[in-house]
Amino acid sequence: MTDIYLDNNATTKVDPAVVDVMIPYFLEQYGNPSSIHKFADGVARGLKHARQQVQSLIGCEHDSEIIFTSCGTESNSTAILSAIKAQPNKKEIITTMVEHPAILNVCDYLEKEGYTIHRMPVDKAGRLNLESYKRLLSDQVALVTVMWANNETGTIFPVIEMAEMANAAGVMFHTDAVQAVGKIPMMLQDTKIDMLSVSGHKLHAPKGIGVLYLRRGTRFRPLLRGGHQERGRRAGTENSASIVGLGKACELAQHFIEYENTQVKAMRDRLEQGITELIPHCFVTGDLYNRLPNTTDIAFEYIEGESILMLLNKAGIAASSGSACTSGSLEPSHVMRAMDIPYTAAHGTIRFSFSRYNSMAEVDKVIEVMPGIVATLRKLSPYWSGDGPVTNPEQAFAPVYA
Amino acid sequence: MWDYSDKVKEHFFNPKNAGAVVDANATGEVGSISCGDALRLTLKVDDDTEVILEAGFQTFGCGSAIASSSVLTEIIKGMTLDEAAKVTNQDIAEQLEGLPPEKMHCSVMGREALQAAIANYRGEVWKDDHEEGALICKCFAIDAVMIEEMVWANKLRTVEDVTNFTKAGGGCAACHEDIEAILEKVLAEKGEKFDPTVAPVPAPAKIAAVKAPLTSLQRIKKIEEVLESLRPALMADGGDVELVEVLGNTAYVNMTGACNGCQMAAMTIAGIQQRLMEVMGEFIKVVPASEMTKLVNIEVA
Repeated sequence: MTDIYLDNNATTKVDPAVVDVMIPYFLEQYGNPSSIHKFADGVARGLKHARQQVQSLIGCEHDSEIIFTSCGTESNSTAILSAIKAQPNKKEIITTMVEHPAILNVCDYLEKEGYTIHRMPVDKAGRLNLESYKRLLSDQVALVTVMWANNETGTIFPVIEMAEMANAAGVMFHTDAVQAVGKIPMMLQDTKIDMLSVSGHKLHAPKGIGVLYLRRGTRFRPLLRGGHQERGRRAGTENSASIVGLGKACELAQHFIEYENTQVKAMRDRLEQGITELIPHCFVTGDLYNRLPNTTDIAFEYIEGESILMLLNKAGIAASSGSACTSGSLEPSHVMRAMDIPYTAAHGTIRFSFSRYNSMAEVDKVIEVMPGIVATLRKLSPYWSGDGPVTNPEQAFAPVYA
Repeated sequence: MWDYSDKVKEHFFNPKNAGAVVDANATGEVGSISCGDALRLTLKVDDDTEVILEAGFQTFGCGSAIASSSVLTEIIKGMTLDEAAKVTNQDIAEQLEGLPPEKMHCSVMGREALQAAIANYRGEVWKDDHEEGALICKCFAIDAVMIEEMVWANKLRTVEDVTNFTKAGGGCAACHEDIEAILEKVLAEKGEKFDPTVAPVPAPAKIAAVKAPLTSLQRIKKIEEVLESLRPALMADGGDVELVEVLGNTAYVNMTGACNGCQMAAMTIAGIQQRLMEVMGEFIKVVPASEMTKLVNIEVA
């Protein structure tokens, strides 16, 4: 069997149909959309069509509410910095402890500049407390920025309700929806969400293209100033090929959204069930009853995530981990810490994230190899002995920490 | 993902001496706060000769933590406790053909477990003597605690100062914002304000370049002088350099520092060589003293 890709929350394969619509914009219609000649005369139409495809997927009222950006991170930075620039007298921002670094690091930076950042905690299942959220809303708050779905656990936040509450308090509302778009059906025109971030490469479009949805009437200040592109709201020559690709990807996402919530979900559920039944001392993190259909995050107790990933990789399976030692950072996952997952489990979390390209045969393969991998590593673990954890693991093994 | 050497992968995929030693008479249990990894090392020591007969490890940690543990047990088997006590984290890293800077603490954890086990055998209590902070400069593997201490001790005021005294920030410069944040914090604690434009703290004294021809003795003394001037920067890393021999245009040195064994060692040696050539005005090759034995043997043969 060829390699199995279960890391779709990190990034996705570009759909071949998306590549196909992009090619002409590299080789034929490569003119600057602002130019008046035949190398450019189809580009404006292509961009308009793409804008409508995005509009249709997220259900916004006007296609002019779509601003193409270079990525989800740019959309997030633009949204936050616009909100505070447009309302200089408001010095507070409400967010959560489990946001993506693209939100948290901007907030940390603004905190140094004198802003008050309210980072809402979550409970052990990764859920927010809306009562305390309500108490934070005031006329001092410039922006609420809360992710639609968590990238690690897939837990969905009640952003529609939270946007209503913010709106009632006169507070602007932004949501980082890079994991949600294409997996959760949405109709933004029926919500009070003012801004929403989309990332192309999470839904089978290429990397380097994103969208900021900006509700008509929302006060805005551009991040990049320059030319008239995107109605002056995001200067810089349009990434026409990628925009057209993103449009196609959105059309496909809309077509497959039911498949995501039935077939893809069935694969996820089978994997989750198979693993938790076969392997002792592991559990699923996050809000089990309110999650993205494609994501499962499983904590394997008493072993460490990077080791699991290395053995999975050897078996031809790609996933990711919330452990401290993965992907260039030594910090354990802030999401696991926020959920108060015990340390001996938080380090052993593995996220499997599916797409429509996966199959049940792949699921069976993972279920087949996973117990052996976990057993191999537990044999090396000081917290493990024979068939189970040592009695009182935390007391039995209490190393001196440096 | 990390760029692990083949040796690291080999020890990770096929760890040696995994599991606890049955009837062990020495145990060391340590953890690294910076990544949550932990290790238990068990030894069976011959009571008469103090030779380590068997060594086993149990590790809760990442690929390089498991590889460091595995290679450590291989290194120390057959050693006496006195010999084992001299094993450094650089020895562990070297055996693994280097570790990424962020992962050097895995080798430190191995050395600490060994020391803890030796202390345990001798009925002593092992105390950890070093504090590890968040890694700031990835080019030279320098952490926040180290930078803070140097800022306090040497009244450093700018990023340039910090680079002169610790090397941090002397590479890709990506950490300059973080270094400025540390300066702001420490200076605020001292009641001062960070000002990036102040004059730098005088760097270690410059040595006059060689103009006239030197006698062999003068030449060696001059080389010593250059090494002396570089010593503070090396010691800031917890390391040191020692001149062993000068043969022709090759200077043999012992690197006893924390940078040795890290993937940065070659860079440090290159830096010393560069400085020597600037001062001496001649081509000088700096070579680890460990290479010397091989060469001498060849000459004798």
